[in-house]
Amino acid sequence: MEILMSVVIGILFMVATYLILTKSLLRIVIGTGIISHAVHLLILTMAGVKTGSPPLLGEEAALYTDPLPQALILTAIVISFGVTGFFCVLAYRAYKELGTDDMDQLRGNEHE
Amino acid sequence: MNNLIVLPIVLPIMTGIILIFFSKHIVVQRWLSLISLLAFIGIASSIVQQVYTEGIQTLYMGGWLPPFGIVFVADMFASLLVLTSGIVALSCLWFSFRGIGLDREKYYYYPFFQFLLTGVSGSFLTGDIFNLFVFFEVMLISSYALIVLGATKIQLRETIKYLVVNIVSSALFVASVAYLYAITGTLNMADLSVRVAEVGQTGLLNVVALMFLIVFSLKAGLFLYFWLPGSYSAPPTSIAAIFAGLLTKVGIYALFRTFTLIFYHQPEVTHQIIGWMAGATMILGAIGAIAFSDVRQVLAYNVVIAVGFIVFGLAAHTTAAVEGAIFYLINDMIIKALLFLLGGAMIGIAGTSHLQKMGGLIKYHPVLGWMFFIAAIALAGVPPLSGFIGKLLIVQGGLTAEMYWLVGISLATSLIVLYSIMKVFMHGFWGETKLSPKEEKGSDKGLLAPCAVLVFLSFALGLGADFFYPYIEIAAETLMDPTIYIQAVLKE
Repeated sequence: MEILMSVVIGILFMVATYLILTKSLLRIVIGTGIISHAVHLLILTMAGVKTGSPPLLGEEAALYTDPLPQALILTAIVISFGVTGFFCVLAYRAYKELGTDDMDQLRGNEHE
Repeated sequence: MNNLIVLPIVLPIMTGIILIFFSKHIVVQRWLSLISLLAFIGIASSIVQQVYTEGIQTLYMGGWLPPFGIVFVADMFASLLVLTSGIVALSCLWFSFRGIGLDREKYYYYPFFQFLLTGVSGSFLTGDIFNLFVFFEVMLISSYALIVLGATKIQLRETIKYLVVNIVSSALFVASVAYLYAITGTLNMADLSVRVAEVGQTGLLNVVALMFLIVFSLKAGLFLYFWLPGSYSAPPTSIAAIFAGLLTKVGIYALFRTFTLIFYHQPEVTHQIIGWMAGATMILGAIGAIAFSDVRQVLAYNVVIAVGFIVFGLAAHTTAAVEGAIFYLINDMIIKALLFLLGGAMIGIAGTSHLQKMGGLIKYHPVLGWMFFIAAIALAGVPPLSGFIGKLLIVQGGLTAEMYWLVGISLATSLIVLYSIMKVFMHGFWGETKLSPKEEKGSDKGLLAPCAVLVFLSFALGLGADFFYPYIEIAAETLMDPTIYIQAVLKE
């Protein structure tokens, strides 16, 4: 299972890198969304995918699943959700103000 | 256990939340944020004093003992930086009363300012590496909002780049935390240090260490600084000043924390690379500082040079070098904020940031001119101002560590720093006066007092070095000997 997950994470990173390197602003937004998604899956995989019973004291199991990665992912998801939301608004506003969503045209060195 | 430690985090965040409700009452917002910052400075200085007398202070959140719960740790290094950020923030806030403009004040400038401070002090005080990520994000999200506030074209353009760079580096941060957790099974920094020492820092852990190096270098502007000059020249003066004073410094703090506490076992791998990166940063920053004749760009490249110089102290990793790095870091927070504020006042008066288009400002603005001059020589490290002692100690440490090349580079770039700032001074303040008082685009009324606070502090740090030295010594001692930190947190 971990091997499969690792491959999936690798593909997600690949897709995200490709999207972030494209010209269109909207694709970059999606790319950043996918890269944070890949990272969340990475935390889950790194801690080992489900090896024991739920981490509750009454279960009296020999092996418990580590609850910490899920807490970490929850925090990271909230943060990346907020940042993606902000990025969407920023991209929209930038498109409105600058009249383009092409990263090549957003270069510019002139200082006002 | 010391509940005082959480106040530098709770106070700004509560103030920020309260300020949101007064978004249309600017006077209330100003007073509230000013009072809150004064209280912040008071608390921070009492924490410094407590750490000085009683040793490292810790706070276990919710009573969960480490390594299981989140722990806040105030050692001397962190608490000194919290205090300095409070003071720098106070000056920038005071400056923005006149410098930022009513529109921005109405659109939640002050709340974001407080949230930024929350993130900064949280990053300094936390003792848990994932919590460090969370506070980094608090700081970064507020900085995204601050940098784009006002939404001029140039701001929108630069924010997109800044945002993408930081999202990618944050993703890498979480990825390296995940790898670290897979190898060691803990996130508490003290516990991490113990476990890394047990298993030995080999192969995989070195890779993780280098991933952290990339992440924090991106945030600190060490070698990977390509985003910095653009982003720091886009926002208005007081925001650029607080960025220059605080944001990159948090990255430097994280570098110091991880590479003195956790990954210090193989300096011939990690610290060697850090050394090369520091050298490259200094050289490239110096080239940028000479090449541009735009006030903001010159100042932004000076931020880059200083980052390289401070991190060189880390790479040398001797007691003197680390002491010097801490001293120079504190000095640099003050001086960089001061220079950006003064540069902003200059641009405000001249109406342009291009050096060739301004001149002779000193005729009508002597105080501004001389303060800029003092800041310039303090930055370059002319005694008796504050930059000198830090520089001396770092160079001494570098010589002890036998890093002659890097010492040479750092001394040469010091000259270039002096040259580039003097270029700004001579073109901006000397020469033919191009604008009469009536033609000036703005005034410096009310802008000089906050700068004077920082000038005074710079003098105090330089002349009263004997008074500050014991604090720096304790901070460096904790950094050089991780067992002090570990024992204070884990209490074995």
